[in-house]
Amino acid sequence: MYMFKYILKRIGLMLFTFCTIMLMCFVLIKLLPIPINAGLGQDRELLEARLRERGYYDPIMVQLWAYITRIFTKGDFGIGINMPGYANQPVWDAFVSRLPPTILINIYSTIIGVPIGLGLGILAALKKNKWQDQAISTGVMVMIAVPSIVYAFMIQYIFCFKLGWFPLIMKDGYDYLSWDMFRSMLPAVLSLCLGSIAGYARYTRAELTEVLTGEYMLLARTKGLTRGQATVRHALRNAMVPIFPMILSEFVGVFSGSLIIEKVFAIPGVGALYLTSIQVLDYDFFMLLSGFYTLIGLLAGIIVDISYGFIDPRIRMGAK
Amino acid sequence: MEQNIQSIPKEKFTFVQSNDLMHDKKLATKPRSYMADAFSRFCKNKGSIVGALVIIFLLLYAIIAPFCTPYTVLYKDTYLIKTLPKCEWFANTSFWDGCEEKTLNKETFQYYYYMGEETGHNAVKNQEFVQNGKMYTFRLDSYHSTGCIYKDVEESEYELIQKYQDETGIQVLYPIIPRNKRPSSVADRGNANYYYETTMRNGGTQIVLDANGNIKPVYKSHPVGMTGNDNYTSRMRIKGDGENGVEYEYALPNDTGYNIRVNYYEYYIFQHSYVLKDGITKPSFLFGTTEGGQDIFTCLASGALFSFAFAISVALVNMVVGAIYGAIEGYYGGKADLIMERISDILSAIPSVIVITLLQLHMGAASSMIVLFVAFFLTGWIGMASTTRMQFYRYKNQEYVLAARTLGAKDSRIIWKHIFPNALGTLVTSCALIIPSMIYSEVNLSYLGIISLTSNGLTSVGTILANGQPFLTSVPHIVAFPSVFLALLLLSFNLFGNGLRDAFNPSLRGSE
Repeated sequence: MYMFKYILKRIGLMLFTFCTIMLMCFVLIKLLPIPINAGLGQDRELLEARLRERGYYDPIMVQLWAYITRIFTKGDFGIGINMPGYANQPVWDAFVSRLPPTILINIYSTIIGVPIGLGLGILAALKKNKWQDQAISTGVMVMIAVPSIVYAFMIQYIFCFKLGWFPLIMKDGYDYLSWDMFRSMLPAVLSLCLGSIAGYARYTRAELTEVLTGEYMLLARTKGLTRGQATVRHALRNAMVPIFPMILSEFVGVFSGSLIIEKVFAIPGVGALYLTSIQVLDYDFFMLLSGFYTLIGLLAGIIVDISYGFIDPRIRMGAK
Repeated sequence: MEQNIQSIPKEKFTFVQSNDLMHDKKLATKPRSYMADAFSRFCKNKGSIVGALVIIFLLLYAIIAPFCTPYTVLYKDTYLIKTLPKCEWFANTSFWDGCEEKTLNKETFQYYYYMGEETGHNAVKNQEFVQNGKMYTFRLDSYHSTGCIYKDVEESEYELIQKYQDETGIQVLYPIIPRNKRPSSVADRGNANYYYETTMRNGGTQIVLDANGNIKPVYKSHPVGMTGNDNYTSRMRIKGDGENGVEYEYALPNDTGYNIRVNYYEYYIFQHSYVLKDGITKPSFLFGTTEGGQDIFTCLASGALFSFAFAISVALVNMVVGAIYGAIEGYYGGKADLIMERISDILSAIPSVIVITLLQLHMGAASSMIVLFVAFFLTGWIGMASTTRMQFYRYKNQEYVLAARTLGAKDSRIIWKHIFPNALGTLVTSCALIIPSMIYSEVNLSYLGIISLTSNGLTSVGTILANGQPFLTSVPHIVAFPSVFLALLLLSFNLFGNGLRDAFNPSLRGSE
């Protein structure tokens, strides 16, 4: 019951934060004039009239009400104005059509990153202060410190160009699950998961070393379990409790980190859409995608908070 | 009872110990301050010392480098673009000499080879090559591979070049090629390096050789004794001029002046050392040039300096603001804490991309630099505030604080004199760890093109990266130098920050 209340409180706070940010964003955006770039053969006045009809020139509070009702009744997040390729099209549809590459890259990077990261972390913890641990810890330090943009360039130059293992940028087309597509996504996935691997390894090592020094480990050994049995059955299980939420939040958080990677490897994902919407000043796109990235950031945080609430009752009680 | 004590006469009181005064032992050792202690701990950590040295080295590079080269960020050249890194000390080796090993077919090789034959500025380094079947392997000098160019100049400049030639004895002008003798392919017509007879074959321009396998120059000429209409008065003439009874002509008059043919390398030196007098004596770029012809060595230093200045100033301001905010939050707690925490929660949840974009849209006229500063001041202090707040929660109920309060110390005194010094170590550490993340965000934002810092002689490491990326496969050095710089900087800042943390909070050692 206490937990339920705690979760409700966290979610309530998150929604409050989210709504405040979106409200500020909306008002600040609507204070600006709407830039209309009439293309060839397009009538500027016609475009303007269409926007006027949709209420884009009403007072801000009226627009806000209309915006919210449209979202909740019709699922309509507005239409693209200047967005190349998406002008006069529903923003939501464009967003959904751009989601698959972004999501796939994140899933692949988690699938590759989690086993390697956990494996390295476990190895380092078991061989604490031996050369294996030193090597892994140094590698992890380097991987965390060096920015992903540098790996991305290195991977692109060495693997894609010099060795020719992968194409330089992502393949066109919509066959997201084909082998060719997977191969063309791999460089991006690799550059994205290097950072997470380092994060997982460091966290796992820290958690596992703490668990391994616990007294119940000694008891398990005295009961007659081998070292391997004791580690797998007792230490790992206990260490996984805090590690699992970390994986979840990293998975969610990686979405926002992929802006750079999406640009380096020219991935037609949400990140590219977001950057274009900023360049051409398409406000409906900007609102929706800002909401998307804000929500991701908040979700990553709340997952950790709630799971810590499960694990550590002191946090749940509000640490008085 | 009290009256009894009062009534005891003064003389009856004696000292318990009259011979020996009681006192504590004098401290035999010197006092050692918190900072000195932390410093000695810091010095024991080899990794962080290396990190600190690398940071100092990079900082010195950023500050000193612009004074060491004659180039500036605003310097641009249209022809010497994507040149390779060259250091004069290594000019005679095959490393860092501005050359690149190429294996090309005969036509392309000959194009470069005969460039050097005419002017002595060898595009093929030392005119050395290895023939292997139809392919030729040689080192292509990226500084000379432009060769000659056609240029339309006014009469005054034409005369100035001739004056320069006579003063220095360096040949800049080369005999002009009549328009009808230039290559017939559209792509090569404007190429001044075809000074010999060519023919169009298979869509490409090919050299026509004479019976002995030599090229046949097609310079515009007139018999000796006659005067051409090129007004060439300089005594500098190329080899072979005036022999066989012909004199070469060095310019074609046109409406505005002359169409001349110059060796770009020498023309560049003429332009910079004789006309502009900007201290550039000869083109030589330590880190090469970008696709826009900018010197990477200078641009990187300028970008780095901006990054350093930006990160350090933002970190300092944020430290002050965050410390004050966090101190108030942590010390007073309760409602004030709740409201202030909500505010910082909301601010910290806004992705920086949104903040920057909105600020840029609303501050339109202001430069991106100001937008960047404002955006980072707006949200950067939150981490500091929460660190300070946590430290305050930890210390505010400790006995010595209660004692101070009992003695009547004011809130401000307790905050600054009693609690804050305890939080200082943590703050300094988080400041050192925030600097690299600031630099990283700045680079990211300028790489993504969300802010552009290219105006007013400024540049950013991220901008160099973004502009160089399309040429990653052909000229990787444009991206390589900023990348190495960035990796080194962030790595050493991390090492340095971790060392600081261990030094200030020995109890946290090992926990990342």
